[in-house]
Amino acid sequence: MKKLMLGNAAFARGLYEAGCRVVSSYPGTPSTEITEEAAKYDEIYAEWAPNEKVAMETALGASIAGARSFCGMKHVGLNVAADPLYTASYTGVNGGMVIAVADDQGMHSSQNEQDSRHHAIASKVPMLEPSDSGECLEFVKLAFELSEEYDTPFIVRMSTRVAHSQSIVELSERDERALKPYEKNPQKYVMMPAFAKGRHVVVEERTRKLIGYAESSPLNRTEISDTAEFGVITNGAAYQYVKEALGSRASVLKLGMVNPMPVKLIQDFAAKYDRIIVIEELDGIIEEHCRNIGVTNVEGKNIFGYIGEINQAIIAEKLLGKKNDFTALDENIPVRPPVMCAGCPHRGLFYCLKKLGVTVSGDIGCYTLGAAAPLNAVDTTICMGASISGLHGFNKVLGSESEHRTVAVIGDSTFMHSGMTGLVNIAYNNSNSTVIILDNSITGMTGHQQNPTTGKNLKGDPAAAVNLEELCRAIGIKRVRVTDPYHLAETEAVIKEELAADEASVIISRRPCALLKYVKHNPPLAVSQDKCVGCKACMKLGCPAISIRDRKAVIDHTQCVGCGICQEQCRFGAIN
Amino acid sequence: METKAIMIVGVGGQGSLLASRLLGNVLLAQGYDVKVSEVHGMSQRGGSVVTYVKYGDKVYSPVVEKGEADAVISFELLEAARCLPYLKKGGHLITSTQQIDPMPVITGAAEYPEALAEKLAAAGADLTAVDALSLAEQAGTSKASNVVLMGVFASLTGFPEELWQKALEQCVPPKFLDLNKKAFELGKNAAH
Repeated sequence: MKKLMLGNAAFARGLYEAGCRVVSSYPGTPSTEITEEAAKYDEIYAEWAPNEKVAMETALGASIAGARSFCGMKHVGLNVAADPLYTASYTGVNGGMVIAVADDQGMHSSQNEQDSRHHAIASKVPMLEPSDSGECLEFVKLAFELSEEYDTPFIVRMSTRVAHSQSIVELSERDERALKPYEKNPQKYVMMPAFAKGRHVVVEERTRKLIGYAESSPLNRTEISDTAEFGVITNGAAYQYVKEALGSRASVLKLGMVNPMPVKLIQDFAAKYDRIIVIEELDGIIEEHCRNIGVTNVEGKNIFGYIGEINQAIIAEKLLGKKNDFTALDENIPVRPPVMCAGCPHRGLFYCLKKLGVTVSGDIGCYTLGAAAPLNAVDTTICMGASISGLHGFNKVLGSESEHRTVAVIGDSTFMHSGMTGLVNIAYNNSNSTVIILDNSITGMTGHQQNPTTGKNLKGDPAAAVNLEELCRAIGIKRVRVTDPYHLAETEAVIKEELAADEASVIISRRPCALLKYVKHNPPLAVSQDKCVGCKACMKLGCPAISIRDRKAVIDHTQCVGCGICQEQCRFGAIN
Repeated sequence: METKAIMIVGVGGQGSLLASRLLGNVLLAQGYDVKVSEVHGMSQRGGSVVTYVKYGDKVYSPVVEKGEADAVISFELLEAARCLPYLKKGGHLITSTQQIDPMPVITGAAEYPEALAEKLAAAGADLTAVDALSLAEQAGTSKASNVVLMGVFASLTGFPEELWQKALEQCVPPKFLDLNKKAFELGKNAAH
């Protein structure tokens, strides 16, 4: 059967067809839908883990127990899971194990643009890279076979365009597989120095064999054109841009296996052409490999650079000097950056923080948008959990002067991911820091995933819910307060009190995400044009539902959910 | 057949994912190779969102670049203006006349340009501007402007009617099917 499928859905279909039994992941754009789609197959046990390290260790445990297993994450998630990855390379697997890592070229929804191939190379774990949905499905199935044959986890590298593009796939039945028997084998699974030394020898030998496999694998494909003016070596989404832009004007070597890479295959291809151009997004890893194996007629990064996505127009312009005609209005078109939604519970909290003029150590989630105008409330955003640990370091340097006017903000899911260890550090190493947990009862930015605080698991069944108040107290924080960010005066008062206190405190700003289906919305509010004096106090909230028309505020009834914070803000009683 | 390219653009939350799914189904049913590309995550939170739909004998790149789109379907006027450069010479621009202020306009840092529909027509775009929001409300909910616009697009293309109806049945929950069929019909009639 043929179907139009998202790359991530096709990846999940590959897991299903390959007989994968266990899936454990942490959400992260653009990888999230792989796990959501896998959870729809009853034959697969699928879960959201609190973070990527836990997910990968769970998948490795399932593999050692004899099942085909999977864990998925975005590029920065692999940093969190790097610890198990580098040693899983040594232990190898029992049942096949596949890891998805989704890079975000162009940073559509990420804090950096790192190239995950570096992790594959450094950990000596083989990596495949599909270029459309059909290849996602096929490569995943092949990755399980190869994982068992070569006794190693396999990484399948995704990118935003491959993960979030739909193309046609051919579906097959599931290959239901018996569990491989588990046998105790400390030399393979107990990585203490004496045994690990032996396994490192195995890893190097395996890499040598995999290079041999890469020389003749159907994953690495040469497409020769008789009218080629030059040769192109490419991978992933870039292959599609190359084919569209260059057609028969180039011969192409498409690398579906990006670690380890073949040697002779590349040398032979390069020998056919005067010019070899490597077209790869982000870092020049294939290009460097070419140089390392003595291919000297190679170019790439000097033409395409290291930043952002490549596309067919860039290739056509840089290599063929072709540019499309187009028309543009002679007009300043204002940008439309993402914003917190109308009714977002984070808005009230950030409004209070801005009003109090505090320094805000931020984190990763929808609430990163608190950094944008008009709230401009966030001072730093680094990585998952860094709000809390960063605040501790900041306060250790600047002391009480800073402690009474600085806070950390972190979401419920991010707190469970890696925020709570930072809070332990605050309690244990005694900084008078104020941490605000923005508990909107869901993992918001990635599109509403359950997490350990929500009381539901990935399949939507009831699950144990972490009690944040009790957890914070157990960690050693004596002052734990709860506030409703829809009530501005109350929220502001609580923040003031906790900043003034002479010990560490946690404020839980609690209100479910306004986009959750079970959240009942109030009727939309409207502005009385008689009472509105056009003071624009309501505009300071940065609500996308409020705008100014003819010098008076108006509320867009299609967006407003009646949260009421603009009503509280209006001194003239004009909003009702 | 040479590859054709369509862009569906709007503001995060306006329902471009359903529109592209409908179109994808209609194209697939006609036996074309199809690619649909969308961006998830942060930009969906009220930012500009773009979906690319490409079809033909063999589609390679899933994305559409400047001067490549045969049609642009926009859910919002400013987004139509923003995406005009993507339209091929002689390509079709379908837009809702709805205006949603972006944050720089809300904060007063920028102004929403005046008379954009007239300016787009004057720039030589083959323009169809429709009050999709009112028509959607007429069908029963403001959320159906996406389906109204697909109705407009359907009336300007020769794809078989029954394929659109089937796509609606496949992509819309039964509870909302009648409402969406009405929205689609209103869009179809609005273009003439």
